[in-house]
Amino acid sequence: MKYTGLKYATALAVGTVMAFGLAASPGQAATDGMTPKKGGVLNFVVGSKIPSFDGHVETTFGMVHPIRPFYSLLIRINPDNPSSPTDFVCDVCEGDVPKGEDGGKTFTFKIRKDIKFHDGTPLSAQDVVATFNKIIFPPKGIASSRKAFFKMVESVKATDKYTVQFKLKFPSGSFIPAVATPFNFIYSKKDLDEKGYKWHQKNINGTGPFRFVEYQPGSFVSGKKYEGYHFKGQPYLDGFKAISAPKMSLRLQAIRGDRAAIEFRGFPPKARDDLVKALGDKITVQESDWNCVLMFTPNQKKKPFDDVRVRKALTLAVDRWGGSKYLSKIAIVKTVGGVVFPKHPLAATKEEMVKLAGYGTDIEANRAEARRLLKEAGQEGLTFTLNNRAVDQPYKVVGTWLIDQWKKVGMNVTQQVNPSPVFYDILRKKKNFDVSIDFNCQSVINPIADVTKFLGSAGNNYGNYDDPVLEAIYAKLERAETQEEQRKLMREFETRALNDQALIGVTLWWYKINAYRSYVKGWKIAPSHYLNQSLDNIWLDK
Amino acid sequence: MIQYIFKRLLLMIPTLIGAAVLIFFILRLIPGDVCEIRLAGSGLYADPEQIKLCRDNLGLNDPIMVQFWDFIFGFATLDLGESMWTGQPVSYEIGLRFQLSLQVAIMATVVSLLIAIPLGTISAVKQNTWIDYGVRAFSIAGIALPSFWLGIMIILGLLITTQALFGEPWMPPITYVSPFEDFWGNMSQLIWPAVATGYRYSAVATRMTRSALLEVLREDYIRTARAKGMIEKIIINRHALKNSMLPVITVVGIEFAFLMGGLVVTEQVFNLNGLGKLFVESVLNQDFTLTQALVMVVVTIFIFTNFLIDICYAWLDPRIRYA
Repeated sequence: MKYTGLKYATALAVGTVMAFGLAASPGQAATDGMTPKKGGVLNFVVGSKIPSFDGHVETTFGMVHPIRPFYSLLIRINPDNPSSPTDFVCDVCEGDVPKGEDGGKTFTFKIRKDIKFHDGTPLSAQDVVATFNKIIFPPKGIASSRKAFFKMVESVKATDKYTVQFKLKFPSGSFIPAVATPFNFIYSKKDLDEKGYKWHQKNINGTGPFRFVEYQPGSFVSGKKYEGYHFKGQPYLDGFKAISAPKMSLRLQAIRGDRAAIEFRGFPPKARDDLVKALGDKITVQESDWNCVLMFTPNQKKKPFDDVRVRKALTLAVDRWGGSKYLSKIAIVKTVGGVVFPKHPLAATKEEMVKLAGYGTDIEANRAEARRLLKEAGQEGLTFTLNNRAVDQPYKVVGTWLIDQWKKVGMNVTQQVNPSPVFYDILRKKKNFDVSIDFNCQSVINPIADVTKFLGSAGNNYGNYDDPVLEAIYAKLERAETQEEQRKLMREFETRALNDQALIGVTLWWYKINAYRSYVKGWKIAPSHYLNQSLDNIWLDK
Repeated sequence: MIQYIFKRLLLMIPTLIGAAVLIFFILRLIPGDVCEIRLAGSGLYADPEQIKLCRDNLGLNDPIMVQFWDFIFGFATLDLGESMWTGQPVSYEIGLRFQLSLQVAIMATVVSLLIAIPLGTISAVKQNTWIDYGVRAFSIAGIALPSFWLGIMIILGLLITTQALFGEPWMPPITYVSPFEDFWGNMSQLIWPAVATGYRYSAVATRMTRSALLEVLREDYIRTARAKGMIEKIIINRHALKNSMLPVITVVGIEFAFLMGGLVVTEQVFNLNGLGKLFVESVLNQDFTLTQALVMVVVTIFIFTNFLIDICYAWLDPRIRYA
């Protein structure tokens, strides 16, 4: 098929409409305005591997994409409006997602009465309680990767057979997004009691839209439609096959050759263009801001990065607005933002951002200030090494761009690209780097939890600093009840972290591009590759 | 001969122990561990307490000599342990990929021999003619072209050609199906990597066949056969070719063993779930138990292949006898 500019433009236009798409109402969006067709098997490619099936333990999308369709959550992001960072709907609960009672310290969920696990066991409040107790209060020796998300929870109890009540120690705006995290699979209490807390690492029994069929390690996971799924009429598909394909080029060719219809994580712009060029309107593109941000972290235990003037010079040298324009053509980064996901109500507006060091639109003025600060600190011609991760998109691309930016204020930077194990060893154990690329990728947009990355006390902060002022602002932020109050404190937090102390430099937020076969309908892009993966609203127009 | 075989089998033990010691300690020199990758690698919040718990559960906090003893004892009792990444038994993980890797290795070897022996023979017989030059250029190209590049070109070629011819691009399947379940489905996936690697592999064997045959063709007994008026075809096929096969067998054997574990990049290009891909993943994940087991499997394959080559020598050349 010959490539035409018109086809390319059409596909992109379709994608743009779908992505920003006029945030269609539920139901209508699920069907793309068409009557969903039933049947067919969705083949999709996954660029990562499954460590185990246990969502409560694992952290990779390599587990979420193939395993999430077997499970339900208590609440989830609205699958018909996943681009909204605040639109949550019930999954195994019924009615609306509860607002907090008792000053935001009690949340009561009514559980649906028509749900059965794939083995036929009816789901009750006890299953939800057992699940969240495993996540929040795991027994000794049992891993739970999201235990820390629920620091505010005091207890989880079933008040009757179909009612679950969460009691919080203090009201927290991060509670509901934490509950909606796509890793919080609902397990059967019977399985946990009889088969143990590690049974789910190798076995599956959920209430999701698909039943487990087969797992061939390193190759694929397959599932078939669960006829007893609690959203009647769904899923539309007869089944799915999640094919492991670690090489990006192979995933791209698989869609081109129709061995797979979609890849849910995202392609770089060039890959999107290649697919559209080859297949025209047989490819649909959806694009969205991504809840991942690439940062650079100076090691504040090392001189001269313990000097705030040097750190400020690092951030002032970076032309974010210019970088957004050019880097977005070659890499999966685009949006300029602060510490909060750009589309969230708690995020800084452009007017607020330009007041931060390195966000001013006059890059020459920023760089003049950077040179002045370096001179004042006695660090003209500063030479250092940038620790980076051996992953092209977007790490190496952004790392190379940063070096060029720093060179413009007279810094000499060498990039040291390391495989992931070595990269993490340097960050977490050796702690001997000068400046390192770092990133913050989360699933549900939960700014109050997500910004803990900037706290020196956080388990995933590698700056080797301790800032009691920032910790104090966060303590207030965590307990702030109104959005207005949260927003005000978030600005204080952001100004302290990015401007006054320049503890970490935020570069650009990632940009998610999903190019896929146009016969895949019903799926809507979310701002995270972890979200909207139950596949219950997808259908094939074949 | 039996005494020789017995001695060779005994010699395998120190070789395997040496390999085990090397791989165990070399792996532990690499910075990082599987828990960091698994729990902190995706950029989500990483709880230090959970990382410590993961290390405790996997025995990574045990003293190094305890870990070493566990490994050696397990290997001696054929218990390879569980993968640190998936928690599945290592023998299951390897067994699952072994069939595919073995099939690709056999198919690549067949492709290679089908190309190498006729071309090497023609090249030797037609020495210094345009045919010889053509065959040499073909084989040098095979050595020069990386098989992964050839693999990418094959996939792109298939996509472009089929789209031009039939309107819809086609590429080989990306999941494995056993030949006993679906023979043509299996062939349509594996023939392409077999050609991509078999071509490179044939390049070495073609040149080896040519030079070995040229040497044999200069022997006195060949001259005597020609003097007796024997037909050239019989001289080549019956007397020269068999005797020139010794070095070719060596090359083919070593390449075969290499293919069993060394198809690292080609497996990635064609998305083959074989031992090479497993090797890469286990190293990237810092999955010590799986990497150790894979190395030991590949070492064992190499040792056995060399052993079989030595036995073949005696069959091909009756003058060779092992005392």
